[in-house]
Amino acid sequence: MVTVIHPNLDQTDAKMNASDVSVFYGDKMAIDNVSIEIPTKYVTAFIGPSGCGKSTFLRTLNRMNDTIPTARVEGTITLDGDDIYRSKMDVVQLRARVGMVFQKPNPFPKSIYDNIAYGPKIHGIAQGKEELDNIVEVSLKRAGLWEEVKDRLTDSGTALSGGQQQRLCIARAIAVDPEVILMDEPCSALDPIATAKIEELIAELSGRYAIVIVTHSMQQAARVSERTAFFHLGKMVEYGRTSDIFTNPVEQRTQDYITGRYG
Amino acid sequence: MSDVAPQQAPSDGMPSRSAAFEARLKKRYAAERRFKLTGLVAVLFSVLVLAFLLVTMTINGVGGFQRTELAVPIDFTEAGLTGDPATLSGPDATQLLEAQGLASVVEFYAEESLGANASAELNGNAWREVATAIIADPAILRTKQTFWLPSSADLAAGYEGEGSAELQALATDLAEQGKIDKRFDIGFLTRSDATDPQAVGIWGALKGSMLTMLVTLLMAFPIGVMAALYLEEYAPKNRWTDIIEVSINNLAAVPSIIFGLLGLAVFLTIFPNFRSAPLIGGMTLALMTMPVIVISGRNAIKAVPPSIRDGALAVGASPVQVVFHHVLPLALPGILTGTIIGMARALGETAPLLMIGMRAFVATPPDGLTSPATVLPVQIFLWSDEIDRGFVERTSAAIIVLLIFLLLMNGLAIYLRNKFEKKW
Amino acid sequence: MSPAILLLLAVGLGLAGWLAARARAWAFRRESSDGRLASLPTYHAWYVALWVVLPLAAFITLWSFASPYLVTQSVLATPAAAELPAFGIQRESILREAQSVASGSASAVFNPQSEAFVEPFRDALARYNLIGLLATLVIGFAGGAWAFLRLRPDFSARTRVEKIVMSLLLIASLVAILTTFGIVASLIFETIRFFGMVNPIDFLFGAHWAPDPMANPDNPDPTRYGAIPLFWGTIYIGAIIAMIVAIPLGLMSAIYLTQYADPKVRSWLKPALEILAGVPTVVYGYFAALTVAPFVRDLALSMGISNASSESALAAGLVMGVMIIPFVSSMADDSIAAVPQSMRDGSLAMGATTSETIKRVLVPAALPGIVAGIMLAISRAIGETMIVVMAASTAANLSANPLEAMTTATVQIVKLLTGEGSFDHPATLSAFAIGFVLFLVTLGLNFIALRVVKRFREAYE
Repeated sequence: MVTVIHPNLDQTDAKMNASDVSVFYGDKMAIDNVSIEIPTKYVTAFIGPSGCGKSTFLRTLNRMNDTIPTARVEGTITLDGDDIYRSKMDVVQLRARVGMVFQKPNPFPKSIYDNIAYGPKIHGIAQGKEELDNIVEVSLKRAGLWEEVKDRLTDSGTALSGGQQQRLCIARAIAVDPEVILMDEPCSALDPIATAKIEELIAELSGRYAIVIVTHSMQQAARVSERTAFFHLGKMVEYGRTSDIFTNPVEQRTQDYITGRYG
Repeated sequence: MSDVAPQQAPSDGMPSRSAAFEARLKKRYAAERRFKLTGLVAVLFSVLVLAFLLVTMTINGVGGFQRTELAVPIDFTEAGLTGDPATLSGPDATQLLEAQGLASVVEFYAEESLGANASAELNGNAWREVATAIIADPAILRTKQTFWLPSSADLAAGYEGEGSAELQALATDLAEQGKIDKRFDIGFLTRSDATDPQAVGIWGALKGSMLTMLVTLLMAFPIGVMAALYLEEYAPKNRWTDIIEVSINNLAAVPSIIFGLLGLAVFLTIFPNFRSAPLIGGMTLALMTMPVIVISGRNAIKAVPPSIRDGALAVGASPVQVVFHHVLPLALPGILTGTIIGMARALGETAPLLMIGMRAFVATPPDGLTSPATVLPVQIFLWSDEIDRGFVERTSAAIIVLLIFLLLMNGLAIYLRNKFEKKW
Repeated sequence: MSPAILLLLAVGLGLAGWLAARARAWAFRRESSDGRLASLPTYHAWYVALWVVLPLAAFITLWSFASPYLVTQSVLATPAAAELPAFGIQRESILREAQSVASGSASAVFNPQSEAFVEPFRDALARYNLIGLLATLVIGFAGGAWAFLRLRPDFSARTRVEKIVMSLLLIASLVAILTTFGIVASLIFETIRFFGMVNPIDFLFGAHWAPDPMANPDNPDPTRYGAIPLFWGTIYIGAIIAMIVAIPLGLMSAIYLTQYADPKVRSWLKPALEILAGVPTVVYGYFAALTVAPFVRDLALSMGISNASSESALAAGLVMGVMIIPFVSSMADDSIAAVPQSMRDGSLAMGATTSETIKRVLVPAALPGIVAGIMLAISRAIGETMIVVMAASTAANLSANPLEAMTTATVQIVKLLTGEGSFDHPATLSAFAIGFVLFLVTLGLNFIALRVVKRFREAYE
């Protein structure tokens, strides 16, 4: 079966390119032959029922799957034309360029300042204390958190509310100046108000970074993304402009999922 | 818990099926109460044994911090001892005083004050305590002083109402004159082993224990933590890792005396000159403590949530950075708790140290990691074998000191555990 | 020169290398166009420091073994050595005394013969101290220089440092295997030597145990090396008497503490049990010998049993049982806690009382874990040494009467290895054979118990 790629997909520069990617956990195939282009400076959403492999696929994009010993990836994924699974690839550099935000906010049990400063410190991005302060401030501003925390940067990151923690994690990802940000259901642990704030933030960030967001909420995909890919049983069923996928799906399964027959 | 299960028989309002059912229910509740009581008794038994053990040791041990002493007034102005501060500050000051006849001076005044019978029961080394006092303050050579000096072990027994009738009578006699008394003996904490219970102290054993524990800590802690980090964070799942894991789990349960056999067969073959040295004792105990640290360390590391690791990886930290910047600092309190508990166990350990020869009679505190030493538990064991009754109290006193150290260590471990309980 | 001073020097050199390398990396950074290096300056610093310290640590360890030997050898090569007695304790003590005077830890010699060796020792010590110092400096500088010259702006110091760290971690975890191997090897080696003198069949199945360390070592009497009485004593005290005390009390304590006691009571009782577990065995031994054993004997005598021993198996076993209670209790506690709450709720919801639920549902469900815990407790009891050394007898006795004196494997190991016998005597070597049997039995018990526990845990996960 072949993925349906909507014909009227406008041509953009691809930031990342996956071709014929399959992922195995031991003998079990979790992702079956997925090919997709992630465009620069757009938001791409992966949707699909639970267990369809969308999160697994997301984690292959910055090699977070490496932490699972039995996981094995076939096919090629490139970042700016550069194969990220080649043996000489430095995953540390890769993850500095492709940041990630997780389902559950996971701030380090350190101060807010140190949470943001950690990445720039280990990558040697800042030359001195002033520059580091500046990076922390800019990152927190971009994440829309500066006004809320500027007076208590030494407080523990874990003391913030859930929504604030998630924006802290986004700020932490921004601080190392990535080109792509992967978001794995970033709002699933948050209340509606916090969710709205994160969605606003994604919209603001989309002009600056390529963003890939996995979500189980179709409304969210419709609200924040320009592109949508529908995953089902480890396969990518359909990929196109978000408006096309939601108004004019080609595949019956996409149609069924969008109209709430299953999920 | 108990609030879930109905504890009383149904009240009048409750439906009941039959008289037989009610009778049976009554029996069931009786059985319930009996069972609960048995449990309580079981726990209380352990608590009582603990209390009994502690009380016995305390009652016996309080006497161990005291010794029987005789009052000897010495008039140095007539004794004819000379000594200027310059010569008395040298290392040979005691010999100098001995050469001047300090021993006979002490004997003379003892006989004058106590009578010939009693002065014969003055401890043979009593003059050394006078010498120590003179060296500490040579000015007393121009004064008249009353010293409380240790009696012989036999007279001490007599004062307790044991031993020969003559000495008991002598002790009663002296007691009436106020010239014999059981006095607190600070020297017990500063002296070392001796053959005479009146002259023993635990400082030598305590210092030996500290040096041994130092070696154990310096070896077992880094190796244990590093092994725990490797096994929990990096080790690939393969046969080698399995063998390491099985080894560690089994080592944690191997009887301690087997480690003593290892120390005897391996360490003492490599270092035959270091028999009964804290270095060898510490190395043997380190092998025993290391698995404890590895196991508790792995549990502490496992308790650090994976999301922290993901977060650090996602901003581009390398696996080594993830562990040393995030996992280790968060697991450290747990690792320390396990380490302290392991060290407490090593501090109380006797059997393996007997195997490597730390049971020798060592009358001077060890001055280094390679000089002969004994440790506190072994000292307790050696004293417990002594026939002299005076040693019973001394043994209990040494046990009290050991238990205080262990209690402090365990208290610290519990404090750490409560203070740093998971914050995420 | 003591190893401690050399180690201090190594740390000093390492620090110097660290600072120099960091300064160099900062310089690279200033010269580079974008102010970025492949690795942070700190990693360049650590790379050089590790290359200084690690080879030095290896050298100093070796040197601290080798140098005393070399010093003694060079003293023995001097003409004065011809005067020494050929072998024996006197030769040793003369040399040791001269050495301690030469190194300054003593001020004068007792033995006039030692006087002649003080100077040679002083010379040799001075010479080898100088050699050690120079070698330390050379190795430190060589390692540091080699690493320092490799530093470049694009040098991936972090990867190198991390590789070194990873190998150190791996080596640390291999220590566990080495220890196990060391135990097995040393036990097997000495046991084989023993079996060369005494037939294994005689040892394992003979019923009379009375090794004589003073007998002629070349022709041991195999009938005195029958280990059955010790194995019996070990099992009787550790696996029977102690367990009769520890299993019911430990199990009931665990049940009471987990199922009945309210949290406030538990917060007091549980630490009390933990303290009981933390009391050193030598204290239990003293308690057994001083208080329990006389009490047991007097009680037996007052009941008209005249042959009660003051070193009875019962006294040792009772105290050992008390020592094991907290251990059984905590194992049972873990096993009961691993039974899913739903099972308990299911039983309670049918109207069963708490005790019925415990007896009919929780304990049977937790049984594999409890049994494994008891196996571990037995393994600990039979390997326990101090209680039996202090309270049980050294005379082997094959009897079922708990009031009689009995001995155990551990008592015999201590007795045979702390006595005066020579190391090559079958009586001494037999201690290793006993140790080997003890090791195998405890290993077997632990291995099976850990497997059972693991399977049991998995069943409820």
